[in-house]
Amino acid sequence: MTGRVFSVVGSMFLLTVCSKGDRGSVQAAPPAAQPVVTSDPAAAGGTISGKIKFTGTAPRNPAIDMSEEAACKAKYTTPPTEENVVAGPANALANVFVYVSAGVPAGQTFPAPATAVVLDQNGCRYHPHVFGVMVGQNIEIKNSDPLLHNIKAIAKKNRPFNVSQPNAGMTKTVTFAQPEVMVNLECNVHGWMHAYAGVRPDPFFAVSKPDGSFTISGLPPGTYTIEAWHEKFGTQTATVTIAGTETKAQNFTFAAR
Amino acid sequence: MAMPGWKTRLTDRQRRDVLAYIKTFSSFFADTTQRPEPIKFSSAPGGGSNAEALKVGRQFYDSIGCRKCHGDQGRGDGPSAPTLKDDAQHPIFAANLHENWRFNGGGTVEDIYHRLRTGLDGTPMPSFSDLIDNKFLTDEQLWRVAQYVRSLSPKEAPVVRDVIHAPLAKTLPHAPDDSAWTAVDVYWFPLVGQVIRKERWFAPAVTGVWVKAVHTADSIAVRVVWDDRSESPDTAWLGYIGRVLATLDSDDSTREQPALWPDQLTVQFPVSIPTGMERPYFLMGSSSAPVYQWRWTSSARGTATAGLARGIDRFDPLANGGVNAQAVFDHGQWRVVFSRALASADTASQLPFRTGRAIPVAFFAWDGSNGEHGTRMAVSTWYFLALDEPVPARVFISPVLAMVLTLGLGMLVVWRAQQKTSYRR
Repeated sequence: MTGRVFSVVGSMFLLTVCSKGDRGSVQAAPPAAQPVVTSDPAAAGGTISGKIKFTGTAPRNPAIDMSEEAACKAKYTTPPTEENVVAGPANALANVFVYVSAGVPAGQTFPAPATAVVLDQNGCRYHPHVFGVMVGQNIEIKNSDPLLHNIKAIAKKNRPFNVSQPNAGMTKTVTFAQPEVMVNLECNVHGWMHAYAGVRPDPFFAVSKPDGSFTISGLPPGTYTIEAWHEKFGTQTATVTIAGTETKAQNFTFAAR
Repeated sequence: MAMPGWKTRLTDRQRRDVLAYIKTFSSFFADTTQRPEPIKFSSAPGGGSNAEALKVGRQFYDSIGCRKCHGDQGRGDGPSAPTLKDDAQHPIFAANLHENWRFNGGGTVEDIYHRLRTGLDGTPMPSFSDLIDNKFLTDEQLWRVAQYVRSLSPKEAPVVRDVIHAPLAKTLPHAPDDSAWTAVDVYWFPLVGQVIRKERWFAPAVTGVWVKAVHTADSIAVRVVWDDRSESPDTAWLGYIGRVLATLDSDDSTREQPALWPDQLTVQFPVSIPTGMERPYFLMGSSSAPVYQWRWTSSARGTATAGLARGIDRFDPLANGGVNAQAVFDHGQWRVVFSRALASADTASQLPFRTGRAIPVAFFAWDGSNGEHGTRMAVSTWYFLALDEPVPARVFISPVLAMVLTLGLGMLVVWRAQQKTSYRR
């Protein structure tokens, strides 16, 4: 049972997450009012956008044998595969987590959005497969399958958890308290189910779309280190300097392996 | 399992101090924004062993998905079992719920309930507490699951009794599930990894065998039952085998490709019943002192091979071994019956069984789907098999005769004494 209370007072957010029950859930302390951000980060500031590609041949995603789970299998018209490498046209690479790894002034804090990130277990796969979330932001984990999933977070900086959802419609809300790239989420009932969460203290992150594109906006002027993470191809970094409200292009190219 | 309890060894204050120190090892605890709420455990509802409670427990065992990993009958053989990994990404077995004395989280109903509430860190076992909050089941129903799981194991952990008594029967039960077996005493023997010879094996899948034996005037049958999560060879476990082999220390093993190995079981005897204390080397004898073995493998489950082992890596099958086998695999359990004539034509190498003697016996088991073959196996030490002799009639008649004689003599003495007294009057 999760009670959620949030109120918006001017530009100040007060977000309190209450979850009770097992030890996997933790109570985030209500952050003190933080009048640091005086403008909507999405509206002002600079933007970094680009396309992510890869060179070489993408490894084939293994087919998933869902014969044990008829309810999941029935949700597919073509045999489902894992999503280790999701490639678009012209070697575009989706599901790359792009974020500002350095350059945001220390001490600057950002409120977590009031809206939750939804992680759906549907057709015995996670949707989304890769996502970003802010420290303290709610993640609503829901089960859309009429069967048992357990969702296990394997984290080093955050508290791991492992909870079960044996039926459709069950939800659980969790938060992560520390920045961590990435927290691995997996289902042990279905060994092929993996999702990755990039937990950040600021809103400057994005996940590349099927066409490989990404956009990070609202950056104050400064010089930033941008890191791009892919579950199979590793990480790449770049340095980008933003002045004013300009849009800087920054592409990344991974070598398939 | 080596971790002892500290309640009697340290004071409450000392234990809390150790706890505080251990918490400095992890950054989880340095973060004061996290305030985990302790779970409040209820206590077990009564009637946990009656049929209605167990039925409710079984119903929720199915509906909350326990069987996905632990299997329909709880032997750790569920459809997801071959894919399980721990947090270090090493392969891990789903617990065999019939062996509560081996549970990592403890084997009492309370322990099992606590594990259902919290999960088991580092393993795939999740917490089921949310189900109560989500009104999927009640706290009492979760207790029923714990009570049902507890009911799968024996009331007491098995203890080793060194001598298997094989009673005399009129006919030999050849089939593993022959009802005649139910009346026969069962003996449990623990098996451990073979760590003496390379390739060593530290985590065998088969942890013990349950043995029964009977004999007739001319034949013997030995029934060996053991839990095994897979009916090897099973392609579903091929990935698991690969992950097991990948964890092996390279300086103790040569790197091997996973293969579909069968399950195997060997029953071992000396070549002849020893007259003194000395027995052949338990680990399959030696070149100078071989042992007599019955070898069974799941790839030819209706047969067994008799032969002489001369050390761990040499086995010479015997012509006309005369050993028969029948096997059943049932929800994570093998049941195999070996049978043979008591006498043997080849007394030099094929043990002649005799009644009333302690015959050394040992067991070896392999789970092919755990990558076990060759020297990678589970072993026991020597135990004994005794073919009970029919109790001769004189055992019952002699005490009665003695009693009658004593009584008669006593009465005679009393009668004579009375006669003498009456003369004096």
